[in-house]
Amino acid sequence: MAVVTYIPRVLPLLLIARHSLPGPVIRWLKYVPVAVLASLLGPTVLVQGEVLAINSGNHFLWAALPSFLVAWKTRQMFPTVLVGMAAVAILRFLGL
Amino acid sequence: MFDWYIQRWRRVLPEVVRGAGRALPVVFGYLPVGFAYGVLASQAGLTLLEAVLMSVFVYAGSAQLIAAGLIAAGANTATITATTFLVNLRHMLMSAALAPYLGHLSRPFLSWFAFEITDESFAVHTSVFAKDGVPGKVELLTINLVPQLAWIASSFFGAWTGTLLADTKALALDYALPAMFIALLMMQIVNRLQVVIAVLAASASVFFYLFLSSNWNVILATVIAATIGVFCERWMDKFSPSSF
Repeated sequence: MAVVTYIPRVLPLLLIARHSLPGPVIRWLKYVPVAVLASLLGPTVLVQGEVLAINSGNHFLWAALPSFLVAWKTRQMFPTVLVGMAAVAILRFLGL
Repeated sequence: MFDWYIQRWRRVLPEVVRGAGRALPVVFGYLPVGFAYGVLASQAGLTLLEAVLMSVFVYAGSAQLIAAGLIAAGANTATITATTFLVNLRHMLMSAALAPYLGHLSRPFLSWFAFEITDESFAVHTSVFAKDGVPGKVELLTINLVPQLAWIASSFFGAWTGTLLADTKALALDYALPAMFIALLMMQIVNRLQVVIAVLAASASVFFYLFLSSNWNVILATVIAATIGVFCERWMDKFSPSSF
């Protein structure tokens, strides 16, 4: 695991850092972080047990609403994670 | 002899303080996620030492959480390694995005720096580069090292107390990872086109996840959405050069 997580981190830095990249590649890389994070997030909140779950029983989906609001207002990780976890805990406690 | 150290320390101290300050939000974000990882790792059957060593040598939040889940599910080593690799392939794109700024630094330095690239340190570095330019070596490493120390410490506490916690579902520790992604995503978004790209990527990722049932969904969706982003940008430049 240590090896396979290190390779993607180090190779581009060692190979690309000395050369200047063409403009289109730089423009493409600019969109990568947003696209990666949205791709990681999508299935975690929209899928439950291998099926699309846009319904009232999906706690992760409902908890995403206050989380997004807090993330948008504060742009910080700590309050967002806290509010998100609190929302899920409350929904579970209420058994909705 | 000591004078030399003291003088050197005086010179680098402001850089360390500034780097630690920039890394602080990441530290607060890592504490609950690292704790969640520790708890889940210990419940998956990892020993305290194994759980902590993974935070030292692997140091990849989402990969470690996913690995804990796979270990709990009884997956074999090959599956765990392959999944971890795919999940962390995204760092390749992040590393490549940082590379143009770091061409002036030595290869040994970059090899060390690269080890601690995470989604969060990447977000901090890009915002620092955009705002104040590329900082010195000490500050670069501090921005990376401080969050890892927090990650190691919080996973230690999670793994230590993990076996004592009876009901982790009630604590919603499994929401630490999604909430982290939401925060990181909002930190990255600065214009409307990026919102469109995010929605596109998320939808494509869900689609691939459901219909390919493998961890390729993240890579595929990212490549497609980022490519569409470049074309949209070019298209908008052509028709309305003043907006965006």
